[in-house]
Amino acid sequence: MEHSSLAGRIFRGVALTLILIFFMFPIVWIFLMSFQTNEQILRIPPRILFEPTFANYEALISGQLRTAAGNLQISFMRNLFNSVVLSSAAVLLALLLGVPAAYAFARFKFRLGESIAFTLLSFRFAPPLLVLLPLSLYYQELGLNDTYFGIVWVYQLIALPLILWIVRGYFEDISPDIEHAYRLAGHSWREAFTRIAVPLAGPGIAAAGLLSFIFCWNNFVFALILASADKQPVTVGALAFVTASGIQYGQIAAAIVLSVTPTLLLALYAQRYLVEGLSLGAVKG
Amino acid sequence: MSMVQLLQTNAQAAPAKPRPRVRLLPYLLSLPALLVCVAILVPFVTAAVYSLQRYRLNLPYLRGFIGAGNYIDFLSDPAFWNTFRISITYTAVTVVLELLLGLGIALLLRRPTRFHNAVSIMLLLPLMTAPAIAALMWKLMTNPSFGILSYLVGLFGVTDFKWASDPSSALFTVVLVDVWVYTPFIMILLLAGLRSLPRQPFEAAALDGVPASFVFFRITLPMLAPYIITASLFRLLDSIQQFDIIYAMTQGGPGDRLMVFQVQAYLEFFQYTNVGRSAALLMILWLITNILSNIFIKNWLRLRARAHGHA
Repeated sequence: MEHSSLAGRIFRGVALTLILIFFMFPIVWIFLMSFQTNEQILRIPPRILFEPTFANYEALISGQLRTAAGNLQISFMRNLFNSVVLSSAAVLLALLLGVPAAYAFARFKFRLGESIAFTLLSFRFAPPLLVLLPLSLYYQELGLNDTYFGIVWVYQLIALPLILWIVRGYFEDISPDIEHAYRLAGHSWREAFTRIAVPLAGPGIAAAGLLSFIFCWNNFVFALILASADKQPVTVGALAFVTASGIQYGQIAAAIVLSVTPTLLLALYAQRYLVEGLSLGAVKG
Repeated sequence: MSMVQLLQTNAQAAPAKPRPRVRLLPYLLSLPALLVCVAILVPFVTAAVYSLQRYRLNLPYLRGFIGAGNYIDFLSDPAFWNTFRISITYTAVTVVLELLLGLGIALLLRRPTRFHNAVSIMLLLPLMTAPAIAALMWKLMTNPSFGILSYLVGLFGVTDFKWASDPSSALFTVVLVDVWVYTPFIMILLLAGLRSLPRQPFEAAALDGVPASFVFFRITLPMLAPYIITASLFRLLDSIQQFDIIYAMTQGGPGDRLMVFQVQAYLEFFQYTNVGRSAALLMILWLITNILSNIFIKNWLRLRARAHGHA
């Protein structure tokens, strides 16, 4: 494998450079754009060197957008806050419900367990609107479409299958003998679960939790259909923001940067777990 | 605790072992997950029932059971066949492009050097960007008046290229965004697969001086096949249901040029308030994905069993 010729090396170098440019350029460009005034953005040809301004971020944080039609009040920070609340609450709930269930699926062979695991897995691949549209009618009747709880509840459809399948794999990889020995020493199953199994599966639980946080944060269609305006997360908020702010491109870019920064930082922090998480634990990297 | 003590407690605990609690326990633990299953199944069954009804939110008094009426209407409806064709085209083009590109990148990054690892981490970033937001990013870059990409193609003499707002280039533009977001997914899975392959066949081939193309087609590809199949099925299932990128970019337009299944179902529901038609459309999509996902789950379970060491 190591006998690479000069031509081969040049080819690899050029290919990797092009790949990096294609995948990194949009992120870098939007980031630069978020520090430009509209005049700078509209300049042709575009320049890479410019005097940065923080005005776009200031406008977003204060919620006062200057547009051609005058001042506009937009609470994009509210969307950001909603994203934090909804995603964190959804992941916490999913961990609370999912980790014990994953343990049960890994340790006890029972038919109901397999059915639940496979129902959740097959619905991971069903069209989300199929569940969301009838649910939106139910939510209107129940008054849930105006609550955080209603959205946190449907986010379980994203977070719970992920947590169940990844954490289950981790529990299956831990030999039950350790827990048996601990149980035989007179401890209850609950102690064996919290003191032995959960700490040993810790990395898997962390990976599943982080990944489901990212997926909840990035989700768009659930909140688009079920959330009322003041409960919307950034993904839906950003789209509404584009419509409302019209041609304030610098502010749009700043809103995009604020929306993606949390997940990108988490992804960099948790990158070594992501491979397993993305494949639901099928590929042990 | 010494071994003797352990054995003693074992002896003491032994008679009390077959407690009925233990048999109940797994059910108690999985109760919340069961609840979520029910929460999915109830709206699902509701949707199935709606799909058999004439049900319009603006004309509630017309509501009634019409059997397969909504489905039969689709057969002679050019809008449905347009949706069908565009969904299939979108899926086929994105999956093939992402597979080829993802495999190529994985092969380039195969040796686990520090530089290669850094590149593969950077490529995670598009995948971790919300697809709806990614569409907005590309919308800014393809804006006809100041978009950097419009400017760049202008340098090559292509002026007046309208990207997503022109029917002839709209599909190309959303496919580009999909490729940007999801190629890293395939790359990451295939890279993990490549690096987990046993070394011996490759070392033997190198010793015998087997040409690289032979190694690739006769050793690498067949050994990588389960990973390629799993990754493509994953993407196939997501791609045929694409909503976020297309909705955020053009809402299915211009005209009906990007009208894929879920976007049309969304518009049928919220714009035309035709619940029955929307539900029937989604049931058809569900049927397609269900067939695909059954194939997928079988493959994925095999891969998972292998990765967990009990193949």
